[in-house]
Amino acid sequence: MKPFVIFTYDKTFEGFLSCVFFAYEQKIKPDAIQGEREPKPLFFDYSYHVITEEEKSKRVWKSLETKLSSFARKMIFNVWLSEIAEVEMLLFRYVCKNIDSPVSLEMNFGDDDILSVSKIAKKVGSEARKVIQFVRFQQTKDGIYFAPVAPRYNIISMTVNHFKKRYADQEWIIYDTNRRFGLYYNLSEVEEVTFDKQILDAFTEGALVNDKASESEIFFKDLWKTYFQHLTIKERFNPRLQLQHMPKRYWRYLTEMQ
Amino acid sequence: MDKTIDKIKILTDAAKYDVSCSSSGSNRRNLNKGIGSAAQSGICHSFTADGRCVSLFKIMMTNHCIYDCAYCVNRRSNDVPRTTFTIEELVNITIEFYRRNYIEGLFLSSGVHRNPDYTMQQMLQVVKSLREKHRFNGYIHLKSIPGASQGLIAQAGLYADRMSVNIEIADENNLKLLAPEKNYESIFSPMRYIQQGMLESAEDRKKMKSAPKFVPAGQSTQLIIGASPESDKQILNLASNLYKRPSIKRVYYSGYIPVNEYDKRLPALKSAPLVRENRLYQADWLLRFYQFSVHEIVDDANPNLDLTLDPKMGWAIRNPQVFPIDINKAPYELILRVPGIGIKSAKKIIVSRQFGRLNSDQLRKIGVVMKRAQYFILCRELPMNTIHEVKPEYLKQVFAEKNQRRIETGNKQLTLNWEE
Repeated sequence: MKPFVIFTYDKTFEGFLSCVFFAYEQKIKPDAIQGEREPKPLFFDYSYHVITEEEKSKRVWKSLETKLSSFARKMIFNVWLSEIAEVEMLLFRYVCKNIDSPVSLEMNFGDDDILSVSKIAKKVGSEARKVIQFVRFQQTKDGIYFAPVAPRYNIISMTVNHFKKRYADQEWIIYDTNRRFGLYYNLSEVEEVTFDKQILDAFTEGALVNDKASESEIFFKDLWKTYFQHLTIKERFNPRLQLQHMPKRYWRYLTEMQ
Repeated sequence: MDKTIDKIKILTDAAKYDVSCSSSGSNRRNLNKGIGSAAQSGICHSFTADGRCVSLFKIMMTNHCIYDCAYCVNRRSNDVPRTTFTIEELVNITIEFYRRNYIEGLFLSSGVHRNPDYTMQQMLQVVKSLREKHRFNGYIHLKSIPGASQGLIAQAGLYADRMSVNIEIADENNLKLLAPEKNYESIFSPMRYIQQGMLESAEDRKKMKSAPKFVPAGQSTQLIIGASPESDKQILNLASNLYKRPSIKRVYYSGYIPVNEYDKRLPALKSAPLVRENRLYQADWLLRFYQFSVHEIVDDANPNLDLTLDPKMGWAIRNPQVFPIDINKAPYELILRVPGIGIKSAKKIIVSRQFGRLNSDQLRKIGVVMKRAQYFILCRELPMNTIHEVKPEYLKQVFAEKNQRRIETGNKQLTLNWEE
């Protein structure tokens, strides 16, 4: 019987690419790739710890650049951001299939792995778009526009370009309350921020507590809610359609649904 | 003087029956470190309890109106509270809503106050202030008032991303009956001005890249469905002719909601014709994206769409001789004609079949709705139940019954995609 092989790594994207490099260099194909702190399965034969090396990860990425379109490479990274369990093995197979094949296979949707990668990438992309749709900023007393979000995947970094261009003249923070970090735009660049639990609690009950909000915030929030209610045409009432487009899990941070 | 919050109530109620909400077609960028940018594909920011998308701040400047159109909630003879936003109020609310990511921009419309040009002038000042004083680069959809002069439209087009003039009634005589102050000339002339501005700007930009854009997202219009007796054939022919013009991006269909029940010129409807509206949107999609022509969808024998069948399925059942289509060989245009295959899956089929013949399982995974498509295709397996074996009449019965049940159980809005 073929032995069961595990690779462990540091859970970074560079680390994952280093695993690919290691597999080719040592001619060992893993059966599982997992974080070094994750519990290992009960039965396995060999376990290798792969050290992340920038040089090696770059070489893997370079060889993918010769094989795959920029769209497909972006897809790989998006699938990585999904943080779905065992996504590493799917990506590993996807990368190997393309490296081993004389032509790019990215359009071969008849292949299960190719199709899965494209489907997960689509889900991740759609979650990022949902955040762009449904993020609601609230102006705090010190003039910063703050938006808590709780996305399924680790996608707030994917929304930065959009908001940086759009809100170039206002300071803003988008905070991922699931992963407990945020991105802060200080009028010139975006940096990562984390908050203490107490500060965060005041922000993430959905709406800002009144003494944290700016004066005009309450006025415009009320105005928006009123607008939203009056916009409904009661003869067309169709809450199912509303839910379909705007699933309940986003409602917590939606000003108009609070 | 009314409070802002009271004004927003009145003028939202006045504006909400216009169905257009799209914020697509413009890629205006934020170059001046001002506020805002437009997204080419448009973004919906919320959905109201009727399932409609909220993309733009859709609002009326005023609901005072000198006209008396039978189908309109704001008609002069209606006894409703009337109010007017100031220019500053509208500018301020737009920007503050925008900064909070509530909206993609502004959709400004208005009742006709004093005369068309005066009204247009007021609206022009709002968009001018947004663009010039506040460096606002978000999306602006500006309604053009029927009868407004060319000079004003030529100015407005430099600030707006999209403009629209609503035709409302797909037959001029019926329009005159319901809206005595309007005629097709007063509607089609501003549409011509907009198109002229767009074409001129395109010419200028060929010579000089920095020449200003004029209504970059084109124009749209709206037809009210069911307030007057036009057939779907009449409506779709008008739409199809409009789409032949280079500037028309969208025709919206608005199922008539009885807002003025007392007016005897209007039909007494129990409820808005939402299923018919939905079928018209599906037909519109076939015209714009599926390379259908109008006479394939409706003709003299069938001037109205079958409410129980989507128009693509209807066409397939009427034309069994076209099928079955071989998924592994047929050209893109034919694959698009198969019920259950949309644009995305058709494209995927074309690229994937180069790697090997596709079977039904792979088609399903690609996104083909096999429940519908199975009767119309050949793939790697042997065909079992094509339309010729099971007979068109049987298919018609099966799919019509299914839809009939859905319509009766109250899911009136089948699938309606409000995005562009």
